[in-house]
Amino acid sequence: MSSHKAVEAGTAGAAVGTHPAPAYAPVFVGAGKTKLEALFAKYPTKQACLLPALWMVQEARGWVSEEGIHETAQVLGLTPAYVKGVVTFYTMYHTHPVGRHFIQVCTTSPCNICGAEDVVKALLQNTGCGELGATSPDGRFTVTEVECLGACGFPTPILINDDFIENVTPERVPGLLQGYK
Amino acid sequence: MGYPHPSHPKETPVLSKYFGDIGARTYDGWVKRGGYEGLKKALGMTRDQVVEEIKNSGLRGRGGAGFPTGLKWSFMPKEVTRPHYLVCNADESEPGTFKDREIMRWTPHALIEGCALASYAIGAERCYIYIRGEFTEPWKIVTRAVEEAAAAGALGENVFGSGKRIEMVLHRGAGAYICGEETAMMNSIEGKRGNPRIKPPFPAAAGLFGMPTTINNVETLVATPHIIVKGAAWYKGLCLGNPKSTGTKLISVCGHVQRPGNYEITMGTPMKDLIFDMCGGMRPGRTFKAVIPGGSSVPIMNAEDVEHCVMDYEGIVAAGSMLGSGGMIVMDDTTDIVYQVMRLARFYAHESCAQCTQCREGTAWTTKILERILAGQGKPADLQLLLDLADQMTGKTICVLSDSCAAPVVSGIQKFRGEFDAYLSRTRQPVMV
Ligand SMILES: Cc1cc2nc3c(=O)[nH]c(=O)nc-3n(C[C@H](O)[C@H](O)[C@H](O)COP(=O)(O)O)c2cc1C
Ligand code: SF4
Ligand code: FES
Repeated sequence: MSSHKAVEAGTAGAAVGTHPAPAYAPVFVGAGKTKLEALFAKYPTKQACLLPALWMVQEARGWVSEEGIHETAQVLGLTPAYVKGVVTFYTMYHTHPVGRHFIQVCTTSPCNICGAEDVVKALLQNTGCGELGATSPDGRFTVTEVECLGACGFPTPILINDDFIENVTPERVPGLLQGYK
Repeated sequence: MGYPHPSHPKETPVLSKYFGDIGARTYDGWVKRGGYEGLKKALGMTRDQVVEEIKNSGLRGRGGAGFPTGLKWSFMPKEVTRPHYLVCNADESEPGTFKDREIMRWTPHALIEGCALASYAIGAERCYIYIRGEFTEPWKIVTRAVEEAAAAGALGENVFGSGKRIEMVLHRGAGAYICGEETAMMNSIEGKRGNPRIKPPFPAAAGLFGMPTTINNVETLVATPHIIVKGAAWYKGLCLGNPKSTGTKLISVCGHVQRPGNYEITMGTPMKDLIFDMCGGMRPGRTFKAVIPGGSSVPIMNAEDVEHCVMDYEGIVAAGSMLGSGGMIVMDDTTDIVYQVMRLARFYAHESCAQCTQCREGTAWTTKILERILAGQGKPADLQLLLDLADQMTGKTICVLSDSCAAPVVSGIQKFRGEFDAYLSRTRQPVMV
């Protein structure tokens, strides 16, 4: 689970640090609290609500910060260290801020033999990210390589935030990015 | 119908009949197409009768291992003294496999019906559907379908007036191939890291939340209502010769064929027909080099292996590989086998959960050696080292991810030795990795 994560963690902080971080606003209050309580009914233990609760944090705040980990641990009766252990196991939780538009490109063998590496190059160039895991200077994009997205018959699939896009070629990249300001 | 291209005359569309038919997505649309008849019929039978019918059909698990489904269901306790659970494995992350995604996108109610039918058969009132985090579109479609089914009385406190309670909970994964392994999936639902568990205990004895649990793949579950409606004998009859492999199988074909996509074949179809006729063969001017027939975890086959291979569980084993999940990766003469084997090893190194030494160290070391060979820095002893490592990685770990990494390495060296030797002897230009 480690190699791609290490790349992300090492470089993606580039765009932050120049602005003072805004204070953490709790996620599990008001509507968030109601949603969490609805989750409790779906599982026999509170611990089992951890993955969906972390998704709520990421959706609300864009990433899962230390404060997010602490708040989640508190509402589920878990320790922060335990929650952190789970967060870092799964590659889709961001443990640092990312660009407004987070791009995941599949480069596993089936896509690789159909030209996925050229799609990665085109994305890095056209977003201005320069390297994998880094955020573009304008804070607009972050590009990462991921393993098989389960759409190998439509090479190369990419995810931009929650939009799953099939059959991406280097030629299509500039046009696609237009839609993400 | 068929998606992304119309069904080929050599296909037998049962599960894929409505792929591409947007009208099949809604509850009413599904009912109009004969949907929910299997569930209604099953609710009128006893649990034992349903299990017996599935047993007699010969249906085997479509997630990769091919375990007989009826037999798996029969392991669940007869008396329901504590909660029983069904887990639907919609994690589909095996490179080369993209069939469950199409099932969920086009026929979400087929999945709900299959899950409800299986829940009834195993005495479960709740089914968790574990959908991989990247499947944003299937997630939305299945969520909507569950709401519709509940509103129509196909799920809930009293399913179709039978007095049975069946509910469905969708659980979103968060990016981890290993969570497709059944016990890792249970940990993941429980809010833990997705580490596979040591077996025994098996899931039917102590599975999700420690309770009796059955876990099945999407395609397996979707086949069951058809069997209940049309009968075990009908399903068994879908087979071109070998009675141990029955029914239809969705084969996802990707890579260098003219028409990649999902093909629903009758078990026993010749592999050559599939690759060279149904999928249109190679791109113009190219020739076939290799195929990985069952998702990336199975041995690579060359042209000679394909020649007489029939597509069913035993047929592909006889040809030196496995049917696995039914994800076929086809490679033409432009493919660098050494590079692709490295890329697969890197996949397994990335996805290892790191509990077992052989897997954690073995997958990483295998990747490093292959990278060094590609970079033109390989040593003559490296191939033997890779084979020794593969041996240490096979049959010795908690789950088979470790074995899966070894399979393409060993078969790649056996079948395409010349390509490895070309890098080792520096007759081939090194590549950047
Ligand atoms: C590393 C690993 C990954 C797996 N990934 C999947 C998967 O993505 N989908 C799936 O259905 N089965 C997967 N399996 C197989 C499951 O463990 C299990 O055998 C299957 O879901 C059982 O369902 P079935 O009997 O209907 O095939 C995986 C197994 C292993 C060892
Ligand atoms: S074989 Fe690998 S993935 Fe499976 S349990 Fe062991 S370390 Fe984890
Ligand atoms: S390998 Fe790219 S989607 Fe499967």
